[in-house]
Amino acid sequence: MNEMIAAKNVRFRYTLENPYAVDGASMTVRKGEFVAVLGANGCGKSTLAKHFNAILLPESGTVTVEGMDTADEAHLYDIRQKVGMVFQNPDNQIVATVVEEDVAFALENLGVPPAQIRARIDEAMQMAGIYKHREKAPHKLSGGQKQRVAIAGVIAMRPDCLVLDEATAMLDPRGREKVMDTIHRLNKEFGITVVAITHYMEEAAQADRVLVMNGGKVVMEGTPKEVFSQTEKVRSLRLDVPQAAELRDELVKAGLPLPEGIITEEECAAALYQLLK
Amino acid sequence: MLKDITIGQHFPGDSIVHRTDPRLKILLVIAYIVLLFTVTNFLGLALSVVLLAWLYLLAKIPLKMIGKSLKPILPIILFTAVLNVFFMGGSGEPLFQLGFLEVYPEGISYAIFMSVRIVALIAGTSLLTYTTSPIVLTDAIERLLKPFAKLHLPVHELAMMMTIALRFIPTLIEETDKIMNAQKARGAMLDTGSVKDRVKAMVPILIPLFISAFRRADELAMAMECRCYRGGDGRTRLKVLKFQRHDWGVLAFCIVTFGVVWATRFVMPGVL
Repeated sequence: MNEMIAAKNVRFRYTLENPYAVDGASMTVRKGEFVAVLGANGCGKSTLAKHFNAILLPESGTVTVEGMDTADEAHLYDIRQKVGMVFQNPDNQIVATVVEEDVAFALENLGVPPAQIRARIDEAMQMAGIYKHREKAPHKLSGGQKQRVAIAGVIAMRPDCLVLDEATAMLDPRGREKVMDTIHRLNKEFGITVVAITHYMEEAAQADRVLVMNGGKVVMEGTPKEVFSQTEKVRSLRLDVPQAAELRDELVKAGLPLPEGIITEEECAAALYQLLK
Repeated sequence: MLKDITIGQHFPGDSIVHRTDPRLKILLVIAYIVLLFTVTNFLGLALSVVLLAWLYLLAKIPLKMIGKSLKPILPIILFTAVLNVFFMGGSGEPLFQLGFLEVYPEGISYAIFMSVRIVALIAGTSLLTYTTSPIVLTDAIERLLKPFAKLHLPVHELAMMMTIALRFIPTLIEETDKIMNAQKARGAMLDTGSVKDRVKAMVPILIPLFISAFRRADELAMAMECRCYRGGDGRTRLKVLKFQRHDWGVLAFCIVTFGVVWATRFVMPGVL
């Protein structure tokens, strides 16, 4: 069983009068993968993400997490423990008035014995790089630090998968970088599957796989190279491509022979260097 | 800055007063209040004031803090004192007369007695909040009220609400600040005009604040669900309050001293 999350033909609308926010989306996330989900505002990506830990249940279609159907009440808390979710605004996710108390919140809910809670939150805070702030009040921390507190609070549950719903959108560039470093480390070193919903193409370019959503469906799928080399198609979905890919495209249009699949600045620089030599 | 205000100022420290189990502290403060009201003679009152002053020294709380916490209730103290001076009847001759008001020596001593009692009452309860952080206090209240959960009192829910309220006070204050600035930037006059105008000017601040508070509540509820929150049943806690040896010492000390204060009634007659 290699599938972490599998969604099949998921359809969902918030009320009967509303159009479908998710309209027949299918996708799978394999264990240990780093998947980025892209899409313009209102394309249903956040709504779909909320299906991954049974916050929302599909109107039709199924979502399974490690083989467990999210519609099955009996597995509700197993699923929520396995798929942790981090939202956009760190202020609205932190429950307690002290960092370490907040990180312990999920474990307290799961009924973990106090001695084990201590060990696990210390571990989680070290993994998220906020151990030295453990006794501070959350409102004294910067946005990036707060978001890492929220991440620590989720990974203390020892989830197999982390779903980030635009978790870096409200942070300044430095905070964003730190949070992304933390997430990449969790993915590489601890094998936690990551599903990152993002608006930042540079973040998506670092993922193993990119999904693009439009109109409640998954319309493109592939490695960042495969997706971002189709510059025109990505643009038609009201999305940007990474700046490097854009530059390569313009240069090709201007008649310069540049190879396909350039999406990072390093690759672009190397290709240009080759060309100029 | 607005956001640095705290509710019921807390002075962190490491004294025995700080380290005492918060549940015990709450119960002892209640006992102290009861004691203050059962003591009817000056000796007992003096002893309980000395005891409190010594605890303040022990906890290294600056004594001027007491003055600060007394300020808002000063009118009440004065009011009680004045009423007692004038309307307390005595058995002997009145000391002097002011029109129809007669002042007896009993009245004066009772007025002093009552004022000192109220001061001790406020200072005693303030010591609790000075030496105990709000989180710990909430926690202790939850645990003390636990038996009432059997009577379907939502003890855990109340404690959770208090924690969340404490957590969001700085966030919402910061937000109020931002909204005020935004409205000022659009020409709102917040500090000028008549009282009516100023109250009216609060409306465009309160409405966005409320809307945002509801949105925050919604998101917080979802984040809590994501972290497997399902009420108080089967919940464990990171920090377990445990009655330690020094707590027994504190308890024994208080039983003895409170007992001595109470026993003064056999030595000295009451003021009434």
